Amino acid sequence: MNPVPAVKTLVIDGTDVSASSDQTILDAAQENGISIPTLCHLDGLTEVGACRMCLVELKGSTKLQPACVTLVEEGMEVTTQTPRLQKYRRMVLELLFAERNHVCSVCVANNMCGLQDQAKSHGVTHVRFPYRSPALPVDVSHERFALDHNRCILCTRCVRVCNEIEGAHTWDLLGRGVNSLLISDLHEPWGESDTCTSCGKCVQVCPTGALFDKSKVGGKERKNPDFLSYLNDMREGLR
Amino acid sequence: MEKLMTLEELEQIANERRAAKEKSPRALNVCVAAGCLSLHSDAIKSALEKEVQRTGANCRVAGTGCLGLCSQGPLVSGEPDGCLLKNVAESDAAEIVARLDSAMPERLLCSREQPFFQRQTVIVLENSGRIDPEKIDEYIAADGYQALVHALTEMTPAQIVQEVSRSGLRGRGGAGYPTGLKWGTVAKTIGTTKYVICNADEGDPGAFMDRSVLESDPHRVLEGMIIAGYAVGASQGYIYVRAEYPLAIKRLQTAIREARRLGFLGSQICSAKFSFDVEIRIGGGAFVCGEETALIASIEGRRGTPRPRPPFPSQSGLWELPTLINNVESFANVPTILRRGSEWYASLGTKKSKGTKVFALCGKVRNVGLIEVPMGTPLRQIIFEIGGGVPEGHRFKAVQTGGPSGGCIPEQFLDLPVDYESLKEVGSIMGSGGMIVMDDSACMVNVARYFMEFCMSESCGKCIPCRAGTAQMFELLTRMTSGTATPHDLELLEDLCDMVSNTSLCGLGQSAPNPVLSTLRYFREEYTEHIVDKHCRAGVCECSKLAEVSA
Repeated sequence: MNPVPAVKTLVIDGTDVSASSDQTILDAAQENGISIPTLCHLDGLTEVGACRMCLVELKGSTKLQPACVTLVEEGMEVTTQTPRLQKYRRMVLELLFAERNHVCSVCVANNMCGLQDQAKSHGVTHVRFPYRSPALPVDVSHERFALDHNRCILCTRCVRVCNEIEGAHTWDLLGRGVNSLLISDLHEPWGESDTCTSCGKCVQVCPTGALFDKSKVGGKERKNPDFLSYLNDMREGLR
Repeated sequence: MEKLMTLEELEQIANERRAAKEKSPRALNVCVAAGCLSLHSDAIKSALEKEVQRTGANCRVAGTGCLGLCSQGPLVSGEPDGCLLKNVAESDAAEIVARLDSAMPERLLCSREQPFFQRQTVIVLENSGRIDPEKIDEYIAADGYQALVHALTEMTPAQIVQEVSRSGLRGRGGAGYPTGLKWGTVAKTIGTTKYVICNADEGDPGAFMDRSVLESDPHRVLEGMIIAGYAVGASQGYIYVRAEYPLAIKRLQTAIREARRLGFLGSQICSAKFSFDVEIRIGGGAFVCGEETALIASIEGRRGTPRPRPPFPSQSGLWELPTLINNVESFANVPTILRRGSEWYASLGTKKSKGTKVFALCGKVRNVGLIEVPMGTPLRQIIFEIGGGVPEGHRFKAVQTGGPSGGCIPEQFLDLPVDYESLKEVGSIMGSGGMIVMDDSACMVNVARYFMEFCMSESCGKCIPCRAGTAQMFELLTRMTSGTATPHDLELLEDLCDMVSNTSLCGLGQSAPNPVLSTLRYFREEYTEHIVDKHCRAGVCECSKLAEVSA
């Protein structure tokens, strides 16, 4: 049913680029070395368009569009960096820092964290919003890994990698709104999960220190999610 | 029973029903929709039945749908004279039955001449309170299913889409997307399997239009859905109704069963090459499932969270197939549009908003209830003539439309004609039809806080602006009502309103700041009073109580 992809030409931040009609603005930008910030996006996983960091402006529209799910169109004029977008992105980061208990100095992912990196590059030096400081548990029941809800930003990368790549669907979300919580199986301790294969993919794709390897100490949890594109290429028979 | 095929056969059923009614023209119709039922109108109905049996009076006792004036319930209407009885109690049964031939007691009489009834124009509610919602014959006797038979036997799907487009009907769920355009898009989308979904996940606080329509006239909605199925080429329909509406679900189940019995649902409906069936899906109590992509996810058995659009459901909806999704009231308009013609329908309302709109009028107004008025009716007429104004001793302050996605409209706009565009212009929205009237005893900061709390607890949590933003806005508003806010908090609140409305993933988040924005626009001084003077002029917030103690 899907028609053969056509070539489209568009402008991103003043640069003429070409892209295939089944590519997103984010794909096209990355191919051309234009950086758009992301948090929930990860090459190799389905898009959810949830973090809103990649919102871009389109000429002729007042509505901001998430670059990760918006397909390119002929003649599109995309702007990825404007004062307005920068302001909103900073606020997204501030909201995340105020939502749970992110204390970088004692975090296993210190200096290796997607959230921290974004905060640095967006110049988030302080948070204007009141800290919500929720009392959240840490699950250390798994033999090798641990889950610290205080550092979770609910990006659902772990949920997706577990479901889409590993096929275990150990992770999912409980509750809604600010009370959403990442759970394993039917809200059981991770260590008692019947479905978890202990493959560790969730730990590798987690952008923060929420999911980490127990053997790593502060500032040593370097994540490597690059295996995803390799696995996907294998599946598609490209390698 | 043999399946129905022609208009003549339909007419025969209608005539039989009418003849039966003529034989015993006297009847007492007790409202058994949720409002009156919560005042035990079912007990009144059985008391009347017992009394009729005891005295042997020649009178039918039936349960009907909503009679509109909920605040005067339980209501009973009499046939054939059409008298209306209010505040009926079980103990009144003997007196009512004894006086069937004479005048009813003065204290029970409720005039139908009052503006509440006289100023309304009913299309969606035309059968409401007049027919027994559990009997398909009654709907047929009220010209029901005529439009369907006519459509299936004499019209092409394209003609139906054209007729709906010409009527100017716009989505009654709140956003006002042209219904005909939506139908046309789904009809033109290539695909052999398509779906029709009726969104009955009504959730705005104070809104009960869809519940009432489903409880009072379920066949009207079914008929609209079947016509839609034929028009867009779908053979399966779903009604997504919230679990909190058990009576509506029960009535729908009965209606679906009856419609199947007479062959309005099933295969080869009215001998046409068209099959259609409807199933009910019951919601699990999440407000966000009223958002179409979340609703579809919920029907598919997944977590009810919205996804980015495009693709829109008309291209990729349920099971990623083309799906038409309309609100209860939108479907309920369709049979009448086809029966009376698009031209007639388009003659009602304003230039851009055609037809009528059902509103659930509630809050500080004398006549609380369900009303239907032509689009373009001024707010003043709705609140002060139909609604009877605010109760004695208080002054009108604002009217809230559109629920948690809408805004508060102050006194200066009372002469505003109610339609999609003009409500938007003053910072509110049409919404699904909730209309909450507020008087001077309401604190606008507190109202904004109430709606923000609603949005916060109903946010699905998927996108960050809505999940964390509504929680922060609620916290800031709480500081204001509790007297701990600083002027800086107001700045933050305004920043958040702008950010959350522009960056959220779905309509819930995008419109969550509306109650704050509209109250800031018209009642900014109340915010300042709360922050600077720690004073609440309505005296409802904690901050003014604190001030009293320290003074």
